[in-house]
Amino acid sequence: MLKEKGILFDVTLCIGCGSCYDACKEANNLPKTSEDFLKDHLSDNTFNVIEQYDDLYARKMCMHCNEPACESVCLVGAITKTPTGAVVYDADKCIGCRYCMQACPHKIPRYEWGTTTPRIRKCNMCAERVSKGLIPACAEACPNEATLYGDMDQLIAIAKRRLQENPDKYYQHIYGLEEAGGGHVLVLSPVPFEQLGYIPELPKEAMPEFTKRAMEKIPSVVVGGGIFLGGMYWLTKRKNQIAKEERSKHEN
Amino acid sequence: MKIKNINVSEILKPTFWKITSVIIVIVGLFSTYFRFTQGLGATTNLQDTVPWGLWIGFDFIGVGLAAAGFTIAATVHIFNMHKYEPLVRPAILTAFLGYSIVVCLLIVDLGRPEHFYHPLYMWNIHSVMFEITWCLICYSTVLLIEFAPVILEKFNLKAPIKILRMISIPVVIVGVLFSTLHQSSFGSLYLIVPGKLHPLWYSSLLPVHFYISCIAAGLSMIIFESYLVARGLTKEDGFQNTGLKMDILSGAAFAVLIALIASLLLKIYDFIDDGKLYLLTVPSMETYLFYLEILLGTIAPIYLLSQKKFREDKKWLYIISICVISGLILNRINVSITGLVASSGVNYFPSFDEISITLMLIVLAIFAFRLVAKNFAVFVTEEHEHSASEKDIAKTKPITIS
Repeated sequence: MLKEKGILFDVTLCIGCGSCYDACKEANNLPKTSEDFLKDHLSDNTFNVIEQYDDLYARKMCMHCNEPACESVCLVGAITKTPTGAVVYDADKCIGCRYCMQACPHKIPRYEWGTTTPRIRKCNMCAERVSKGLIPACAEACPNEATLYGDMDQLIAIAKRRLQENPDKYYQHIYGLEEAGGGHVLVLSPVPFEQLGYIPELPKEAMPEFTKRAMEKIPSVVVGGGIFLGGMYWLTKRKNQIAKEERSKHEN
Repeated sequence: MKIKNINVSEILKPTFWKITSVIIVIVGLFSTYFRFTQGLGATTNLQDTVPWGLWIGFDFIGVGLAAAGFTIAATVHIFNMHKYEPLVRPAILTAFLGYSIVVCLLIVDLGRPEHFYHPLYMWNIHSVMFEITWCLICYSTVLLIEFAPVILEKFNLKAPIKILRMISIPVVIVGVLFSTLHQSSFGSLYLIVPGKLHPLWYSSLLPVHFYISCIAAGLSMIIFESYLVARGLTKEDGFQNTGLKMDILSGAAFAVLIALIASLLLKIYDFIDDGKLYLLTVPSMETYLFYLEILLGTIAPIYLLSQKKFREDKKWLYIISICVISGLILNRINVSITGLVASSGVNYFPSFDEISITLMLIVLAIFAFRLVAKNFAVFVTEEHEHSASEKDIAKTKPITIS
């Protein structure tokens, strides 16, 4: 069985060089979108950005959730999770309803608004490279090991050890481990995560659970509703019939 | 059945509404052309942070206002309250046209409209959108079956009517179930965005809110429509039995009152249960919109409808129905657009093309309603629509277009 893979990004190690930004563009054949990569933002041609917060740098990209909201809402199943944990997209299935963009708790998916055959665009953890035995371009390009690619259980162990061994250096939280049910991208930071533009206070529950609670009532609504309506039809019809008989009896 | 000699000069006689409608449709057609040739980015104000706009918002409104299709059908055919029979056909026609607008807008809104048939064989049963799509398909079919007798009568096709009448009760029951599912599911769409939708509207009870409010607004739509039809479609123009039947409308208004009270109580429970009451005193754009929605669409109508003198006065009923309809429109816009503004950080206002395509579809639906109402026995008087229509003049009258 394939092991689940993920990415660990450590803000304390990131020097803001832009290697991962360039590598991502190259690996995905994306055109240049900005003169200064630090001022770029996620778009249909940018799947990975580096944002500067004073002397700290934060990467923003798809978090590859364990139970992705985007996957659960896609009515045609165009978004799926690979056995290694990457969340990937199939443009041939997509009808373009954009519910995935609306649903994503991390606000990641982007759309090709400019064309008449638009696709959803986002990081797919270099699924194609990985299938060829390579590692994601961003992790390969990082000169300072700020971005690590590896088995999820090992990455979690590394992250926990770093927090434990350097309690003063790190804000004691692994972002992405439990956010929105957790995912395959983990982030370590010296400061609280909302200071780096990561979305705070996400529920620990996986997002699809919120919908599931309503969806699982559907069978009982259908069965109960059907019985109720059928019963009411029979009852009220019978009542009208009796009333009619009574009336004709009185008239006679 | 032959088409009567069409009076060309009559059709071409310019009136304010005719000219306006024609302009709206022509502009709308141009916008539609641009939408499909230039793409969404060039013709809408949608963007990555605002993936859904006016079209999706209007879908919520259209479906909500078409709810009388299932409530009236259930009242008459399931609960056997035959007093309301005259409302059945207008309600079903309204619902069918409402759903037609919704389906057209959905296709216009799809990024890849040429893939529209994918949900038929690519299934993800965990998606609310999947459930809604199937409910829309099935319920539109139900509406067609429910309305088919009106068309068949006209052409005197007795055999298919007989078959349709035999399956009518199961069809109505299935229609009510599909409606219940998708009306509430439009609310369920937003259950997955607890962090994005403003807490004034986000609630785990969103599906229930949507369901109750659509019952009140759907019935109000029928009251509103009956008033306009009575005023605008006269016998001289070839319409039969379009007069107001106040006892029926007052009865429907009473049902609106009950639904509104239920909706208000549910809202209060929701706010107390979720500890959201403090939000009502936070001064913000959202709070003001919320007050407007509740005062105009729920509290004012409850106050007015609870008094018999207002409930039985046609002018007041008309005004109240406008309030309830506005309340639903505001609510759906708030949930689908304004309630998400704060989290997206972008102010969205629909583009010219978004507005003009929406207006075009509304105008076409009104035109279709007039055309069908004029040529088929949509407005029937007596308790039993079938026996009534036998005598109805509209049946034997040739088809007219104007």
